[in-house]
Amino acid sequence: MSAARPIVDRLPRRLLVVLLILVALLALYPAYGPLLFPAKHGFLLQRLTGIMIVAVMAMSLDLLVGVAGLVSLGHAAFFGLGGYMLALLSPAYEGANLWLALPLTVLGVAAAAVVVGFLSIRTSGIYFIMVTLAFGQMGYYFFNDSRVAGGSDGAYIYVKPTVELFGKTLIDLDDKLTFYYVALGVLVGTYLLLRMLLASPFGRVVRAIGVNEHRVRGLGFNPVLYKLVAFTIGGSLAGLSGFLAATQYGFVNPAMLSWHQSGQVLVMVILGGMGTLFGPALGAFILEFARLGFESITDHYLLLMGGLIIGVVLVLPRGVGGWLLTVTEHRPADPDQEAP
Amino acid sequence: MTTPNTAAAAPTLSEDAAAVVLETRGLTRNFGGLVAVNAVSLRFLSGQTHAVIGPNGAGKSTLVNLLTGHLPVTRGEILFKGRTITNLPAHRVSQLGIGRSYQKTNIFPAFSCFENCRLAAQSRLSTSMRFVRPALAYHTVNEKAQAALEACGLARHRDRAAGTISYGEQRQLEIGMVLATDPQLLVLDEPLAGMGVEESEMLIGLLKRLASRYTVILVEHDMDAVFSLADVLTVMVNGTVLESGPVDMVRASQAVQDAYLGDGEEAY
Repeated sequence: MSAARPIVDRLPRRLLVVLLILVALLALYPAYGPLLFPAKHGFLLQRLTGIMIVAVMAMSLDLLVGVAGLVSLGHAAFFGLGGYMLALLSPAYEGANLWLALPLTVLGVAAAAVVVGFLSIRTSGIYFIMVTLAFGQMGYYFFNDSRVAGGSDGAYIYVKPTVELFGKTLIDLDDKLTFYYVALGVLVGTYLLLRMLLASPFGRVVRAIGVNEHRVRGLGFNPVLYKLVAFTIGGSLAGLSGFLAATQYGFVNPAMLSWHQSGQVLVMVILGGMGTLFGPALGAFILEFARLGFESITDHYLLLMGGLIIGVVLVLPRGVGGWLLTVTEHRPADPDQEAP
Repeated sequence: MTTPNTAAAAPTLSEDAAAVVLETRGLTRNFGGLVAVNAVSLRFLSGQTHAVIGPNGAGKSTLVNLLTGHLPVTRGEILFKGRTITNLPAHRVSQLGIGRSYQKTNIFPAFSCFENCRLAAQSRLSTSMRFVRPALAYHTVNEKAQAALEACGLARHRDRAAGTISYGEQRQLEIGMVLATDPQLLVLDEPLAGMGVEESEMLIGLLKRLASRYTVILVEHDMDAVFSLADVLTVMVNGTVLESGPVDMVRASQAVQDAYLGDGEEAY
């Protein structure tokens, strides 16, 4: 547990400006992308959509790891389950109705998160990591070895979910540009939702649990209950992310649930800055772009990825987000200079 | 060594049942073969400051942990205002109005002093499962936190991270957090532990103010503090109550003199 995890109610103004610029860059990408990268625009649009979806998952994991102090190595199980829910809810040759499929998916994943959380939250530290890892792998092998949705081959979602109102199509998820903006909307929306949660009485308790759980109980809160709700919210958001990923790729496979996926998102959280919310989202972009860049240089790109991660962790112990918070913070006068 | 009985030991105090805030009956806690607290029966009366003293290993801290639900009881009973609270978990005990401070400073170092108290005050909302309105918009909670911060003398450090104030101030904050939970009974576990002389004096002043307003159970090593604060004194040795009663009576007790206070001259 790091002691340096202050409550950030309001981001420093300069940081807010930086983040708004980044969101604007994303929002305007479809306008300038074809000009800057004429050959690769379509590919990049698709990559960016995928990264934004993973960033949602990274933020949902940050609620557990960075805020509540629950280091889960099974978070991908909820991501994958979200994808599989969509696959199972989709009729063979037509699109699922989003108004039905999305709430059912989130509720289904939430139910799974309640069960897994209930059984794992009483453990802590390394044991919690082991138990969540075990549950994650159980999910993986369930979809890998059973005949549900294609076993180890995975399953296709031939037609994307339809978003209709009174028979009229509101949003066409098949359109890549439209879907890009849906992903951007979910990314920003999830961030704002989590910000709201963290500022609420609930969020304050969960954050305090991450710092000193023993004291939280002493003050009269039942930490188990708050951790379980946080775990469920985090799991549900990961399910939403998986639902979008399955929609984008039109395909689900057991690897979505595997611990590789969990570990990768955990790296995004750590690299991006635990507990900062925006940091893990940035971590998703940094990691994925680094992969794109390194992949184009060498086949041994994983070596470079490892070097990057080690480098960032050594240089920026609080992650990119923590570093950004420090450099943009406005200090009126150093409070530590006060006479004792 | 199982001869303690408070009723006999405190003849001068009125023990009107209504005035008994907390009571233990044959309270016992074993750690493996060690009996840390052995058949302790005590009554803590409303408005009084009841100090528990004893040498290291006497079972004082274990007693505090049992009273506040931080440790399960092996045998015996704990009654708060006539109702049993034996083996309730710590958060339930706190919700009943038993506020506890810790011997080892136990705060949220990264949070501001205000947030430490605010969180404590927030625990008195009917529930904190509230997800939309910002915590800082709960004005009654803010007011309570501010009052607690002022009561413990830290208003000037309101926005400083609790980890950056001095050790003595952290001890004050520890008490401020307890006050913010609207306790009916304060259980203070060695509030003066590890403090310098000047810091101690300030904190004793604070404890005196609290003693006049609250029912207090005070576990403390500092004899000067105990004698200046306590109405009732219980001496524990090896997990059992050696003597319990009004301070002067216990001070004069030969058994206590022999076992703990020494020959009296250099002890205070």
